[in-house]
Amino acid sequence: MSRYYQPEIETAPRGKILEIQNEKIVRQVKHVWEKVPYYRDLMMKKGLTPDDIKSVDDIKKLPFLSKADLRDAYPYGLLGTDLKDCVRIHSTSGTTGRRVVAFYTQHDVDLWEECCARAIVAAGGSNEDVVQVAYGYGLFTGGAGLHGGSHKVGCLTLPMSSGNTERQVQFMMDLDATILCCTPSYAAYIGEFLAEQGYKPEDNKLKAGIFGAEPWTEEMRRDIEQKLGIKAYDIYGLTETSGPGVAYECEEQHGMHINEDHFYAEIIDPDTGEVLPDGEKGELVFTSLDKEAFPLLRYRTRDICVLDRTPCPCGRTHVRMAKPMGRSDDMLIIRGVNVFPSQIETVLLKEGYTPNYQIVLDRERNTDTFDVYVEVSADQFTDLMSQIQKMEKSLESALRTMLGIGPKVHLVAPKTITRSEGKAVRVIDKRKLHD
Amino acid sequence: MAITQLSLFLMNQPGQLVNAVGAIASTGANIRAMSIAEANDFGILRTIVTDTDKVCERLKEDYLVTRTRVVAARMDDRTGALYPILEALNESNVNIEYMYAFTGTGPEEAYVVLRVHDPDTAEDVLHARGIGTLSDESLNL
Repeated sequence: MSRYYQPEIETAPRGKILEIQNEKIVRQVKHVWEKVPYYRDLMMKKGLTPDDIKSVDDIKKLPFLSKADLRDAYPYGLLGTDLKDCVRIHSTSGTTGRRVVAFYTQHDVDLWEECCARAIVAAGGSNEDVVQVAYGYGLFTGGAGLHGGSHKVGCLTLPMSSGNTERQVQFMMDLDATILCCTPSYAAYIGEFLAEQGYKPEDNKLKAGIFGAEPWTEEMRRDIEQKLGIKAYDIYGLTETSGPGVAYECEEQHGMHINEDHFYAEIIDPDTGEVLPDGEKGELVFTSLDKEAFPLLRYRTRDICVLDRTPCPCGRTHVRMAKPMGRSDDMLIIRGVNVFPSQIETVLLKEGYTPNYQIVLDRERNTDTFDVYVEVSADQFTDLMSQIQKMEKSLESALRTMLGIGPKVHLVAPKTITRSEGKAVRVIDKRKLHD
Repeated sequence: MAITQLSLFLMNQPGQLVNAVGAIASTGANIRAMSIAEANDFGILRTIVTDTDKVCERLKEDYLVTRTRVVAARMDDRTGALYPILEALNESNVNIEYMYAFTGTGPEEAYVVLRVHDPDTAEDVLHARGIGTLSDESLNL
C-alpha cells in the first residue's frame, strides 16, 4: 500500500516545488490577464502587466480578490474560459446575499479530485478501501470532491450524501466501510448513534475518517476517534479555490499539507495586506496556479492561520497550515454552513422586525445549536398566542431560506438583548472552537 | 360597549410577573381579572383592570402592551350559567379565541371575558338573549 498518491509531487524537493510554482504562476497570470477583464482592470490600476510577474516572489505585487469581488462579478465576471469548456459548477452554502458560483473545466475537476485523492491516500486509503461519502452531494463541494477523489484512488465509493443516519449505519456495517468522509459534527453524531444501537467501536470496519468543512477542536478529534475506533484526519478547502483538498492532514496529524503545486499560500496582515513572515499568525491568501475556469489570484480566505515550513516526518515536503484559528471577518460556520450576521439582519428588516437580535451558538452532543433571539416591536405584539407563534415559525422559515440552515427563533421583549457599552452583542459563541 | 383588556408580553423568567403586578399596583388601580397564556420562552398576561388608561400608560414604560376590546358577559355565579352564553354565541357562529372568568362585586355575580373577532356582533347576540355585558365605565364603579 502506497503512502502517497503522487509521490513524485508530494515528496518533491523544495527546489522542485518552487520550480513548478514559478513556471505555473507566469502562465496563470497570463491566462487571467487575457481571459478575465475584471482582474485585468485590477492589475492595470496597480500599473501591472503580466511581464511583472516572473516568479512566485512577485505574487505579493498582485491585487487581492475578496468575497466582495466574487459577488460583484457574479455570475460570469471571473470566468476564465468559454462557458462551453466548463463542465460543472458548485456554489457556497445557499446564502442568497453572498452566493459564490465557481466553474470547473474537466481539467479543474481532475486537479481537484487528485487533491482529494492525495488526502484519501494520506489517510491510509487504497483501492482495497470502501469509502463512505457522507458529505452533502449537490452544489456543496464536500460530496463531489471526496467522491471524485475516492474514484481516482480506486476505492469502492458509497455515495451516501448526508443525513438518514439509520441508512448510513446500515451501509457502513453491511458493506464494511473503512473510510468515512463527512463533517466532524456528523461523524460524532454517527458515533453516538452507533453506541445507542449497542455497537462498540471495534464492531465497525472503519479505520479512518476525513473530516472538514467546519471548525473542530482537538478534543472533538479525540472524541470521534474513540467513538468510531478510527484515526480522524482534517481536510481544508473552499468552493472559491475548488473545494476540499486544498490542504489535508497526513498520519502525523500536525497541520494540513497544502497542495502547493496547485495553490500558492501566503499569510498576510488582514489590516495592512502586508505579507507576514513564516510562523506568524495572519489571514490565509490563496493563489491558484493552474486553474482554467475559475482562476483566483490572491484570494483572501478570511481564515486566520499559521504556516509551518518545517520538514514533516511523513516525507511530504509541502508546507503545512494550522487549523484556522478564527476569522478576520464576522462569518460564522454553523453545521458547515457559512452564515453572516448581516444576512440575519436583512431578513429581520424585510420581515418587519427591528434589527435587535442575538445569535447564540453552542454544541450539544457535538452538533451545533443555532438560536436567534429577536426583539418583538410594539406594532407586532398581539394578545393572540397563535399569531405570535405563527410569527416565530414564519421568521424561522424566512431565515432558513436565506441562510440554508434553520435557526430556532425566540421572540423576546424589547430591550432584553444583552448590550455592552451601549452596543448590542450580536453573537455569543459558546462552542469554544478556538483557544 | 365591550371592555378593554390589556395584554403584556412577558419573558418566561423569574421576576417578570411580580414586577408587572407591582407596576399595576403602583397606579392604584385594581385588577379585576387576569389570565396567562404561556409558550416556551414567553407568556402573554391578559388583564382587566380599573382605570385602564392609567395602567396602560404606566405599563408602556417597561413592557409591550396592547389594548384589546373584549366582551365581559354577566352571568349568575351558579351551575349552568355559562352554558346559555356559549350556546347563544355558537348558534350565531361566533368563534371564541380564548376566555376566562371573574366574580363580580355583587352577590352571586360573575363575568366571563370573551375574546372574539367582532365584539360588537357578539354583544348584539348576547343582548338579544337578555344577557348583560360590561362597559369600561361600569368597570371603574
